[in-house]
Amino acid sequence: MSSRYEIRLSGSGGQGLILLGIILGETASIYENKNAVQSQSYGPEARGGMSKSDVIISDEEIDYPKAYNVDFLLALTQQSFDRYTREVKKGGIVLYDSTLVHSPREGDYRLIGLPLNDTAIKDIGKSMVINIVSLGAIVKISNIVTIENTEKALLKRVPKGTEELNKKAFYAGVNLAK
Amino acid sequence: MADIRFIQGNEACALGAIYAGCRFFAGYPITPSSEIAEMLSEELPLVDGAFIQMEDEIAAMAAVIGGSLAGKKSMTATSGPGMSLKLENLGYACITEIPCVIVNVQRGGPSTGLPTSPAQADIMQARWGTHGDHPIIAVCPSSVSEMFTETVRAFNLAEMFRTPVIVLSDEIIGHMREKIVIPEEGEIPIVNRKKPKVSPEEYKPFKGEEDYVPPMAAFGEGYRYHVTGLSHNEEGFPIQSGELVHQMNVRMHNKIYKNLDKILKNEVYMCDDAEVIIFAIGGSARSSKGAIRHLREEGIKAGLFRPLTIWPFPEDELRRVCSKAKNVLVVEMNLGQIVFEVERVLGCTGVRVDGLFDSSGEPFTPLSVANRVKEIIKR
Repeated sequence: MSSRYEIRLSGSGGQGLILLGIILGETASIYENKNAVQSQSYGPEARGGMSKSDVIISDEEIDYPKAYNVDFLLALTQQSFDRYTREVKKGGIVLYDSTLVHSPREGDYRLIGLPLNDTAIKDIGKSMVINIVSLGAIVKISNIVTIENTEKALLKRVPKGTEELNKKAFYAGVNLAK
Repeated sequence: MADIRFIQGNEACALGAIYAGCRFFAGYPITPSSEIAEMLSEELPLVDGAFIQMEDEIAAMAAVIGGSLAGKKSMTATSGPGMSLKLENLGYACITEIPCVIVNVQRGGPSTGLPTSPAQADIMQARWGTHGDHPIIAVCPSSVSEMFTETVRAFNLAEMFRTPVIVLSDEIIGHMREKIVIPEEGEIPIVNRKKPKVSPEEYKPFKGEEDYVPPMAAFGEGYRYHVTGLSHNEEGFPIQSGELVHQMNVRMHNKIYKNLDKILKNEVYMCDDAEVIIFAIGGSARSSKGAIRHLREEGIKAGLFRPLTIWPFPEDELRRVCSKAKNVLVVEMNLGQIVFEVERVLGCTGVRVDGLFDSSGEPFTPLSVANRVKEIIKR
C-alpha cells in the first residue's frame, strides 16, 4: 500500500497558497524526514485568477509531482471548489472556507466548512494570513505532519518580525479545526 | 551536517552552476526560468563571479561566449522565445568551440505560447535549431536533485569537449520543489578545460588532440588568436571551401560522436522483464514512472528508458534495452518529435513504436499514460 498523500491547495492568486504548500513540504521533508514535492499552477497574472498548489507527501520516492487522486482539498473560492472536488478520492477530505464558498456541493468526501477568512480578519486583523490559518486547520485535521514541526517550519519561513503574528494565525487555524 | 533543502529545480540549477565553477551569467529573465537568473544574481557576487542582465537574449548569449573566452565558466538560462533568439550565437559557440551552458526550461509554444505551463516541444530545436552541421550535447534532468547534478555534468561536458551544452528542462522540473541534499565539495568531480602546453607562438587554437578537442587558452593569458564564425583553419583564420573545411566539420563531429561513452547517460528502470518500455524524459518520465507503478500492480510488465543525455541520441543503448520488448511507447509533451528518433533506431528490430502526445500545457497523469499502455498492448 502506497503511503502517498496528496494535498491540493486551491483558490485565487494572492491568497498565499504557494507559500502554504512550501511550508507543508518543508515540514514533511526537512523536519520529518519524509519525501515531499510541491508544485503550482497559475496564470500569467500576479493576483486574481485561479491558483493552485499541490503537495505530495510520502515515505517512498515520489514520481508524479502533481495531485490526481486527492486526499485533502483546500478550496478558498467557489470556482476552485467546483473545479477540484471532482479530483478528490472517495473518502477524501474537502476543507472549504464557509464564507467564500457559498454553495458547497456534497460528494463522496468528508466536507468541512470553516470560517478561515473571517478568522484571519477578525482574530488577526489581516485577511492575508488566510493561508496560515488554513495551514493550522489542515495540519490539525489531516495529521499528516505534526503541529510542533509545522510551527518550526513556519517560523523559519516567514519574514522576520512577523513570527508572532503568523504563530497566532497558525494556532487560530488549529483551534478552529478542533 | 548535511545541507538539506526544499527548493525549486531552478534554484538547484543555480546552485549546481556555482558548484561546477560557473562564475559568469548573462541573461534576460523569462518565465519559467527566471529563478535561475534571480538566484545567480545573488549568489555569483558572493564567489567573486559576475551577473549581467543584458538587453535581450541575443546579447546575453554573446556575452556568455565572451565570458568563456576570457576563461570563466559561463552560463545563460531561458525558455522557448528566448531560446529562439539565442540560436544564432549558439551556432557561433559551436563553430568557435566555446564551452558554455544554456539552460532551456521549456514552456508551451510556439512563440510566447503558455508562459507558466510545461512543454517538451523544443527537443528538436535543441538538436537542429541553429543552422549547419553542428554537433551538440543536451542533458535532461527529471528531478530537483538532477537539476543540480545535470547542471554540473553539463559544465563538465562543456569543458571536456569545448562545446556548448544545453540543459533541456521543463516547467514541471524547473518550478517544482523537492528535497535535495546539496553535495559536499569534492563529492562530484569538476572538469576544467584543457590549457595549451605549448608557447603562444606554437599554439594552434583549433587543432584537435587525440580526443579531437583542442586545448583552449583564455584571452589575457598571452595567447593571441583569431576567433571567427567563418570556417577556419587550425590557427583560427578563415578558409574557403575545400578539404580543410570538411576536416574541421568532421573533427567537431568526432569530438562528440567518438566520445559517446563519456557523454551518454540513461536511467533504465524495470526493463529486464518488460514487455512494454516507455521512453520519456524530464517531467513526462515522472508521469511514466507513476504509470509503471499502476501497471505493475495490475501485473502488466512495463519499464522505463529515460535518457539523461538526449543529444547525442542514445542509439545503441536504446536498441539493447528494447531488444526483448514487444512495444515501446514514447511519451512527450508535444505533438510527436523524439518518437521519430526512436522509430529510426528501433525501426527494423520488430519492436512496435507508438506515441502519447499532448500539447495542452497540462502534464500527463500517470493514469493517462497507463491507459495508453493498455490500449497498445491489447491490439
